[in-house]
Amino acid sequence: MIWWIIKRDLLLAMRRRSDVLTTLFFFVIVVSLFPLGVGPEASILRIMASGVVWVAALLASMLSLGRMFSSDYADGTLEQMLLSPVSLSALVMGKAISHWLVTGVPLVLMAPVLGIQYDLPVEALIVLTLSLLLGTPVLSLIGAIGAALTLGLRGGGVLVSILVLPLYIPVLIFGAGAVEASTAGIGFGAHFSILGAFLLVSIVFSPWATAASLRISMG
Amino acid sequence: MTTGPSPIEMLTARNLECIRGEHRLFSNLSFSVNPGELMFVGGPNGSGKTSLLRLLCGLSLPDDGEIYWNGTDIRKLGVDYRDVMTYLGHLGGIKDDLTAIENLRISCALAGCEIDEDQAADALGQIGLAGREMLPARVLSQGQRRRVALARLLVTRTKLWILDEPLTALDVAAVELIKGILEHNLAKGGMVIMTTHQELVMSTVTVHHLVLS
Repeated sequence: MIWWIIKRDLLLAMRRRSDVLTTLFFFVIVVSLFPLGVGPEASILRIMASGVVWVAALLASMLSLGRMFSSDYADGTLEQMLLSPVSLSALVMGKAISHWLVTGVPLVLMAPVLGIQYDLPVEALIVLTLSLLLGTPVLSLIGAIGAALTLGLRGGGVLVSILVLPLYIPVLIFGAGAVEASTAGIGFGAHFSILGAFLLVSIVFSPWATAASLRISMG
Repeated sequence: MTTGPSPIEMLTARNLECIRGEHRLFSNLSFSVNPGELMFVGGPNGSGKTSLLRLLCGLSLPDDGEIYWNGTDIRKLGVDYRDVMTYLGHLGGIKDDLTAIENLRISCALAGCEIDEDQAADALGQIGLAGREMLPARVLSQGQRRRVALARLLVTRTKLWILDEPLTALDVAAVELIKGILEHNLAKGGMVIMTTHQELVMSTVTVHHLVLS
């Protein structure tokens, strides 16, 4: 059943590519503008690289949260999901996975290319990409809760940022921190372990919390 | 009409009350629907028809009263109730960017009965959309989109159908078609609860009218 939802959302994303590209372009533009604004001082760029890439990824992921449930809500599919004999948590998991595949994965793939602009060494590029690979699914899973809670509200976009940002911050700190730790040569294992822990906790709790929020929003 | 829970297969509502904002839509509403019975929910716009149907399918909770399926509260039944019930809201759940076949297959999969492409094409053919299966729903007319949503009734094996304005935008032939589908379900011992502003004459089945004011 999860597979059905993922397949459908990917199909919809393929037929409506502009939505996917908006997120990716936003990410690319934000990350590319920083070196132009700050100047070509390689040592400064190297220090800020991980932070800039991570903040941009976080904002890009948040930008697309509003769309996660809104079209299903508008056309009545969400009602059918709530009334489905299949567990709502499983359906929500499918939605979060497809959100990550559509918005998170392109960011992960793009990150090493953008990292070159910041004169990052190869090892730091790898760590940056891996940290995004571990961290972006957490963003999608946490974001799903916020998107579900603000469903159908006017000005939900602002509200979802306020709700979700505090929960994003730990991911940002440890994600960007991993790259800094690896450049400083103190090892990034601890950061990755904590990011992994975030991922596991959000896999367990987010579908359940999102399903509960959807029931409240639709009730 | 009887009130009170009963062990035989039936849907019973007892003392339902629904309040929206400061407005009481209905209160002390009791009825039951037995196998093979059809219930029309009527009343002017804004009288709470859709709200009642949403209560009956479990999307929202009544402010007071209970709804029983086979004598058990539907809130306790959860998945077991959703397994025997089909709800079609006035929003059909039709995605503009998907074709008629994809829409039908996905809505069936969501409802827990997966069908393959041939079965979906067959159902769409029966409902009068032969040759339009591969068109994106965006280019279909309002009535055709409704038909795509209603095609699910041909595939589903659920007993209790809760339909919100299923006949809107349908032409005369399609209304006859839907009538046939409803009669078929009722003849098998199914139950139908629906709202409509159109007269639908069903001679062979027991029909209740519930008018909200």
